[in-house]
Amino acid sequence: MKKRKRAIPSNGDIKLLQGNEACVHGALLAGVTFFAGYPITPSTEIAELMARELPRRGGVFVQMEDEIASMGAVIGASLAGAKAMTATSGPGFSLKQENLGFASFTEIPCVVVDVMRGGPSTGLPTSVGQGDIMQSRWGTHGDHPIIVLVPCSVEETLHLTITAFNFSEKYRTPVILLLDEVIGHMREKAKIPSKADIKVVERKRPDVPAHAYQPYEMTADLVPPLADFGSGYRYHVTGLTHDQWGFPTMRLDETKSLLTRLKDKIETNRPDICLSEEYLCKDAEHILVATGSAARSCKAAVDAARSMGIKAGLIRPITLWPHPRRLLLHYASSAKRFVVVELNLGQMVLEVERIVAGKTAVESFTRYDGELVTPEEIVSHLAEEE
Amino acid sequence: MSVMHKYIRSTKKFPHLWCAGCGNGIGLSALVRAIDSLGFNRNEVILISGIGCAARAPVYVDFNTLHTTHGRALAFATGIKLVKPNLHVVVIMGDGDAVAIGGNHFIHSCRRNIDITAIVFNNRIYGMTGGQCSPTTPRGEYATTVPYGNIDYAFDICNLAAGAGATFVARGTTYYARETERFIRKALEHKGFSVVEIISQCPTIYGRLNKMGGPIEMLRWLRDHAVPIEKVRQRWSGESNLLKEDLGGKFLTGIFVDREASEFVSEYYKMAARVRSETRRKTKQTRRKR
Repeated sequence: MKKRKRAIPSNGDIKLLQGNEACVHGALLAGVTFFAGYPITPSTEIAELMARELPRRGGVFVQMEDEIASMGAVIGASLAGAKAMTATSGPGFSLKQENLGFASFTEIPCVVVDVMRGGPSTGLPTSVGQGDIMQSRWGTHGDHPIIVLVPCSVEETLHLTITAFNFSEKYRTPVILLLDEVIGHMREKAKIPSKADIKVVERKRPDVPAHAYQPYEMTADLVPPLADFGSGYRYHVTGLTHDQWGFPTMRLDETKSLLTRLKDKIETNRPDICLSEEYLCKDAEHILVATGSAARSCKAAVDAARSMGIKAGLIRPITLWPHPRRLLLHYASSAKRFVVVELNLGQMVLEVERIVAGKTAVESFTRYDGELVTPEEIVSHLAEEE
Repeated sequence: MSVMHKYIRSTKKFPHLWCAGCGNGIGLSALVRAIDSLGFNRNEVILISGIGCAARAPVYVDFNTLHTTHGRALAFATGIKLVKPNLHVVVIMGDGDAVAIGGNHFIHSCRRNIDITAIVFNNRIYGMTGGQCSPTTPRGEYATTVPYGNIDYAFDICNLAAGAGATFVARGTTYYARETERFIRKALEHKGFSVVEIISQCPTIYGRLNKMGGPIEMLRWLRDHAVPIEKVRQRWSGESNLLKEDLGGKFLTGIFVDREASEFVSEYYKMAARVRSETRRKTKQTRRKR
């Protein structure tokens, strides 16, 4: 009989992995028990590996009839107590938006992976792009905060998937893990952490008597406990504006306090949520700002520029939303300019400009033909404009 | 105290949202009586809905209740049922919710034969938004978006469900509420995807636009136009001469499909158990080799 390759290596191993595979490793370590998905390039490997792994670990994998249904199933599963996730790419991400907004507003934890490809529309399904930077923040209708994490390596994808689950459970919110096609499909070595090396957060569940439970209570930490459906706490969940019991309301005070709490539960926890990396920024005159695969080229460009005597540095928002405001403002006073490098027509640059508000020059350097921006291109831009 | 009072949410402020004479209350109370008669633990009952007048039903009753996005209730229900197969999952939808915007989820739930009960309150119009035509508005009838008469063919929800693979399909009316309750009870007991369509009246809009009179006249219309499927079946034994084609403006009621077939969630867990035992056996063999 043909010997079957082990799909999932043991903890502690160092393995050559694809970004999408690393995402599955991270999810399994974080305790994922439910995955619903729909095939779409370049995210499909995540669904395929989940289909292989979840049944034999007591979890559930289901391929739904469309992207909308898989988002719905994920929310239902989470409400029943599962750690649930789905994965998709641009067009599918657009289809998920309405239900994603539902999960935000009803505060149902879940993780949505969007492996960005070239766009718009069907675009370049097998090529890289970073066109969903704004969609990940503003894709749904109405106002609500969201957490978006962007890894730039295979190993970081594994760890950030765990972080995504932890944030979603801790803050009772959907979390978006934004990969791009390069990160999703590239293979590099990654150390699989052992369970002892990682922290796994579980959502707060109520301990009050059933009649006293308020699923949308204004708690001190702004994150009310969430009861599993079927656990004896009978309550109502609705996408309508709701009061602390979850019942629809149109009262002005209740509407305002709900929306304010949702905003504040993310805003007041910025120090915990906003992850970022800075590279050689201390004395840098030219600071590159980039995420995902573009940040890899930027890091190489910083080294190359430094060897040419150009004082370059890199700020890499790992948490894309909320954006690392403090870090950008910190270096806005010392740097001559920020150059925002991204694989789209210029999206993140708008947020950087907004934050920096004229304290330093902000330039946009973009590539949007489906290829990854190269360090050479970035260096020559830095050298030209200096 | 009526059965309904046992389940009304005392914390939820009434009055409810439905118009006077609406059929949704009749449908909801038939559902509640059916649940009560089966002695289900209410902690294990999940009511899920989408958007529309019908979709407001769950909020009024004391179960685990989930009011989702338009058309997507069955998708949410699928996630819940897969994670907690012991729960009784009931989805309440209107006609637009079930077979227009949610049509894809509806046919795929039928195909999967997942153990969920879908109750469709069919009033043949979009009531909440003010009376637009739905995929079940009959040809020639009026709605605000078909002011010159509907030129579209209507869906037969029960035929659609049967064709897509649902293993229990029934149609009742708000007039014959006890019969409808019996259908719902059977649907709840059925293992697999069950659909109960309830033909209902919307006097406020549908009745007005189509000059059908008030709620009482509309209920009488339902009484006079509901033809039990048995009458058609009897034709084959010579007891009746009614043909499906002879129905005219009338419609069939009764249980159209009631068959056994393997159910999705049980099949999933059977497959998962098989995979786990194979994995354990393989691991043992590998250890022995070492």
